[in-house]
Amino acid sequence: MISQNIQLDAQGRLRHLLTIEGLKRQMIVDILDAAESFTSVTGQMVKKVPLLRGKTIVNLFFESSTRTLTTFELAAKRLSADVLKVNVSTSATNKGESLLDMLRNLEAMHCDMFVVRHAESGAAHFIASQVAPHISVINAGDGRHAHPTQALLDMFTIRKHKKEFAPLTVAIVGDIMHSRVARSQIHALTTLGVSELRVVAPKTLIPNHASSLGVQVYHDLLEGIRDADVVITLRLQKERMEAALLPSEHEYFQQYGLTPEKMTAAKPDAIVMHPGPINRGVEMSSEVADGPQSVILEQVANGIAVRMAVMSMALGRAPEGAA
Amino acid sequence: MSLHIKNGRVIDPANAVDTLQDVFIENGRIASLGEPPAGFSAQLEIDATGQIVCPGLVDLCVRLREPGYEHKGNIATESRAAAKGGVTTVCCPPDTIPVIDTPGMIEYIQERALEVGLTHVEVLGALTQGLKGKQLSEMYGLKKAGCVGVSNAYHEVKQQVMRRAMEYAASAGLTVFINAEEESFSAGGCAHEGQVSVRLGLPGIPESAETIAVARELQLIELSGVRAHFCHLSTAKAAHMIAEAQRDGLPVTADVSIAHLFLTEMDIGFFDANCRMKPPLRTQRDMEALRVALSQGSISAICSDHQPHDVDAKLAPFPSCQPGISSIETLLPLTLRLVEMELLSLPDAIACITSQPANILGIDAGQLAIGNAADVCIFDPQRHWDFSRSQIASFGKNSPFIGWEFTGCVTHTILDGKLVYQLGE
Repeated sequence: MISQNIQLDAQGRLRHLLTIEGLKRQMIVDILDAAESFTSVTGQMVKKVPLLRGKTIVNLFFESSTRTLTTFELAAKRLSADVLKVNVSTSATNKGESLLDMLRNLEAMHCDMFVVRHAESGAAHFIASQVAPHISVINAGDGRHAHPTQALLDMFTIRKHKKEFAPLTVAIVGDIMHSRVARSQIHALTTLGVSELRVVAPKTLIPNHASSLGVQVYHDLLEGIRDADVVITLRLQKERMEAALLPSEHEYFQQYGLTPEKMTAAKPDAIVMHPGPINRGVEMSSEVADGPQSVILEQVANGIAVRMAVMSMALGRAPEGAA
Repeated sequence: MSLHIKNGRVIDPANAVDTLQDVFIENGRIASLGEPPAGFSAQLEIDATGQIVCPGLVDLCVRLREPGYEHKGNIATESRAAAKGGVTTVCCPPDTIPVIDTPGMIEYIQERALEVGLTHVEVLGALTQGLKGKQLSEMYGLKKAGCVGVSNAYHEVKQQVMRRAMEYAASAGLTVFINAEEESFSAGGCAHEGQVSVRLGLPGIPESAETIAVARELQLIELSGVRAHFCHLSTAKAAHMIAEAQRDGLPVTADVSIAHLFLTEMDIGFFDANCRMKPPLRTQRDMEALRVALSQGSISAICSDHQPHDVDAKLAPFPSCQPGISSIETLLPLTLRLVEMELLSLPDAIACITSQPANILGIDAGQLAIGNAADVCIFDPQRHWDFSRSQIASFGKNSPFIGWEFTGCVTHTILDGKLVYQLGE
């Protein structure tokens, strides 16, 4: 049924954004360039453009979110689209049929785009395979699978600071196993061709066969971030202790938490990233989170421009000057 | 009714027959091979020139969906699918609703099957009452009612109960059918823990979910002395463990599902729900090892593991889809591919879907011996055909093989001497 990547149309244009996997390098660069065009020379966001006037975008969040939902909503509003937020109680949509029924109803209301977050891997692909042909689906996070706009805004942020990807060594630290963000970042960074990509965590948080994704696996933090240009940390969920994957937050911080001392192993001009929200004293200390190497708040701001780019391109209204 | 099958190549592996000869059927039984019995006159003649005449297929695992899941199929629809697939005996696991843990349930299913009259249905009884893994089922009673073995399907049984259940089954002279999967390892998983599950972020089911269970059950089989059969192995390691146990003289057999001989985790692609299976599709290496185990005989049977589903069962994100495929109609053509690949000789391949599964079930089906029930499958080994959704007779259209090209097609299925399926009708 869903055997191939359905996110590109016959001409290779973006129709849905479901995963970074399978996007050509040039497509990623085009999205980043389009995002660039939404920021002025001073780096300030353009407040409002009429690109998506008359379009209706539905935020369909089956899983709670504050940051992602807000930035998608802001992005849609700045493109002059009408935005609708549908509160979905997960209990009502345990069955595929009612999920489909909901989609049919929204389609009947002449919506143009669904921005979907769902707790199950593959949910965005499933929805994209079922919607009417005029509707675009943007994956705002599905299970452990993908969170492509997060990865794109991370690439945008890295590009702002590092210009070129080819010479970079990037380390992703934390819960790779359960992270859709990490999977999307890995696909983006390998497509953009960084020189070295590492994942750093205890074995319990790194899936077997992770190296098949094109990463080097490290279990020691200092070795893993040595001479890195970019250090990305991932959020650690409290459930991991209950599932016997980690003994305690305390020990995690001792072994894998970033501190100014540990950061000296990375390059002096290394940047520190985090998809948010941070657990201070778990993934990193406040000195690092608020320190000069941190670009965490920039990531949030860049999220709006990148989501504007993705939404306008998927609806066939790319900004002038961008592909 | 008397029937004369002319000029076919008769392959009957159980009796080491592979020769061009005629088959004569009278009163529902094989009356003779080669020459007609005295005074024989055929009411129906089938010209099988260029065709293969073999025993009707015996399928070790077919979910008929009745009773309890009639929205996915029923004994009539699935018997029709069996007949179309050349299958004349199906074995149905006990996880119906209600569970097959009483003689009454066995009688009900067999009566329904008889009423439909398109395939024989053998039944596995529940190993424990209600499949709950706590109390032993009344196995002597189940055996008397006709069950061919006992199984707890995929429902968990604690080790101590499993030991006692095996001992009790051994006393009753019943084979225990085992679906080897360590529940605590597979819980929440929906794909093989490997490259694809990593890429797609799907909760994985590791190889060890199977090997740990196989290792544990082998110990208990040795302890209890029960005859046991492992259903649809999926990993190279488990196949190896079974081969070793057989060398050590343990009374164990194993089968593989036809899908696991042709598909791997890679076929999931981008979340293809028709490749959601239990056990999950494994690696290329596993698939190849299963083929080798089959050619070496440590895995002696191929089954369809037929699980028809309603459309909605697969209309959900991958982890929420129900596992299983509708596969009884592709059992023969896919098995014939193994011959084309020179993995098995044609008689050996036919044995894997006729006499071998019949041996595992301890029934005298799966052969064309004189006096046996005349269950016959006739197929054209040269006929090319494309498998499409509209051809599927089963209620379940959930096949990952839609769009595949096959060579070899069932033309006639005969059950108890009656023609129950003919191509093009």
